[in-house]
Amino acid sequence: MKPRIASQYIPLLATAVVLATLYGAGCASFHNFFSLRVLVNLFGGNAVLGVAAVGATLVILAGGIDLSVGSVIGFTSILIATLVEEHHVNPVLAILLGLVLGALFGAAMGCLIQWFELPPFLVTLAGMFLARGLAFVVRPDNLGIHHAFYAERINRDFALPLNSQVSWPFAATCFVTLFVGALWLAHYTRFGRYIYALGGDETSARLMGLPVARTKILTYTVAGLCSALAGVVYTFTTQNGDPAACVGKELEAIAAVVIGGTLLSGGVGYMAGTAMGVLILGLIQTLITYQNLNSWWTVIVVGLLLLLFILLQNVVSSLSGRLDSPGRHG
Amino acid sequence: MRADRFQKQPARWWSSLIWPLTGLALLLLFNLFFTKGFFHLEIRDGHLYGSLVDIINRGAPVMILALGMTLVIATGGVDLSVGAVMAIAGTVAAELINNPKVPFPAVILAALAVAVAAGCWNGLLVTLFRVQPLVATLVLMVGGRGVAQLITNGQQIYFEDPRLVFVGNGHLLGLPFPALLSLGMLLLTAVLTRKTAIGLFIESVGDNQTASAFAGVNARTVKFLVYTFSGLCAGLAGLIDTSNIKSVDANKIGLSLELDAILAVVVGGTALTGGRFYLVGAIVGALFIRTLTTTMYALNVKSDVAPVPKALAIIAVCLLQSPAFRRRVAGWWAARKS
Repeated sequence: MKPRIASQYIPLLATAVVLATLYGAGCASFHNFFSLRVLVNLFGGNAVLGVAAVGATLVILAGGIDLSVGSVIGFTSILIATLVEEHHVNPVLAILLGLVLGALFGAAMGCLIQWFELPPFLVTLAGMFLARGLAFVVRPDNLGIHHAFYAERINRDFALPLNSQVSWPFAATCFVTLFVGALWLAHYTRFGRYIYALGGDETSARLMGLPVARTKILTYTVAGLCSALAGVVYTFTTQNGDPAACVGKELEAIAAVVIGGTLLSGGVGYMAGTAMGVLILGLIQTLITYQNLNSWWTVIVVGLLLLLFILLQNVVSSLSGRLDSPGRHG
Repeated sequence: MRADRFQKQPARWWSSLIWPLTGLALLLLFNLFFTKGFFHLEIRDGHLYGSLVDIINRGAPVMILALGMTLVIATGGVDLSVGAVMAIAGTVAAELINNPKVPFPAVILAALAVAVAAGCWNGLLVTLFRVQPLVATLVLMVGGRGVAQLITNGQQIYFEDPRLVFVGNGHLLGLPFPALLSLGMLLLTAVLTRKTAIGLFIESVGDNQTASAFAGVNARTVKFLVYTFSGLCAGLAGLIDTSNIKSVDANKIGLSLELDAILAVVVGGTALTGGRFYLVGAIVGALFIRTLTTTMYALNVKSDVAPVPKALAIIAVCLLQSPAFRRRVAGWWAARKS
């Protein structure tokens, strides 16, 4: 029994090692890397990705996939910007409306997937096209948000000053709060157990009498909510709404999830891994900027890391005898 | 019951084409009434021109991608990397063509060889390391564009060489070369899969891997071959796309064409779960997508908003092909009648 439990945690451990190594390498190579500012920027600059990746983790744990993330971010950001700047809606109301629409959008995709047994890949692909198109219907170009709520509340009152120069941005607070909430949801609630059971084996989950339909639809709803929240965080960090924002963010989110040790086949993985995966992606970006390398090295390194982790998971799963059914995955 | 199933199928091989063809026909009918000169064909300088020719011409990359994708999806996999492989093949061709020392056949061969190597890489990950296809091809989808930019050093490359320009813009016997190329690829793929046992092997692996393994089908070889073939198709599509605009931008070539290709395959009647596949269906699917895009341009729909009808088309096609949806509608219909 003991080696199995250990092997279960190996991908998570590997993620932690990579994160620590990258951070250590940065601190050793650049004298100003080990600073509060870099650390705060790591959280603040990757808050959008972090929030999106939390939703992606839940969907992937449940055995699905969500390709609509980036488009929903774009849609939510331009919707809020247009409502606040052009229709003078209260920003809090606009944000709430954005979140509700995101959740409804996710729920609609979940219903299509559950009721009509459509492949999640195609339904969320359609969702991606739909949300992106609708974002351009709302407004075809980007729009800055100059409302006092953003300038004074979000970026001044809600930011936590850490010392005279550095302050903890509200976007990072959103990311960390959501992450803690998701940690609780995934590991300490009945809904979280249902998600794991559903992703592990849907037929078994159904035979055990778990509410499969409700869980699946609810998972996509929460994922839609997370995507919309990522859109809200995007407006916080950029003070801008952009219908073309975050194209391909879903891929980054999925990459963060995989690097975090979660299996794309569902049922196996940890929320904490995803948070580390997001920080790893952020660190790679920062290191490549510090190293003055060209931007395309980022995707190459991310690709290589992805490869490393899927090979590692492969070794681990064949060692522990889990997922040893080529018919299902091969 | 079982005998019944076997008897029905050979007689109705075309029945799978009904839905995609209906969709295409409806779109064309719409254009007949609402788009002026849509069916106008003319011969200029011995070349055939017109909206219809343009659809086939511009749709060539997705048609060719869809052929490879059909076989991959038939084995129960998926290839997300084709867009990035197109970018790599395109940059290799553009980089080499500007070097006068390299002969033209070598340029084409090198571009295709790199694409085939990329396909082999995917195949290796899926077969040898048993990585899920979605993840295995995601690696190249994410990293591939970076590699392409590495080749061009982040620069956009332009070229004037008439031989490479011919691939995407030339005419042969009055017909556009890309269209002929995709027709040739369709024939080649059809002959390879339907006149040999490979097609049967592919379908059996996708349908039930365990059963096919007991029947002596080597799933690894079959899968390795289809990913390699998909790489080759992506290389050809990349050459056409690059040649078409006489330049290459590693960030733009083939961007999100993998999604169009998957969509074309699904519209064509091949299920994402694998098994039975329909090559002509995939071609019709690709033409459907291209016609939809052309129609929207003709109606002056902004290109940014164009994804909305596309999304609705995906959902409609998925619903029509979903047994669960048909059951529900049938149940609802019966309840209303009684």
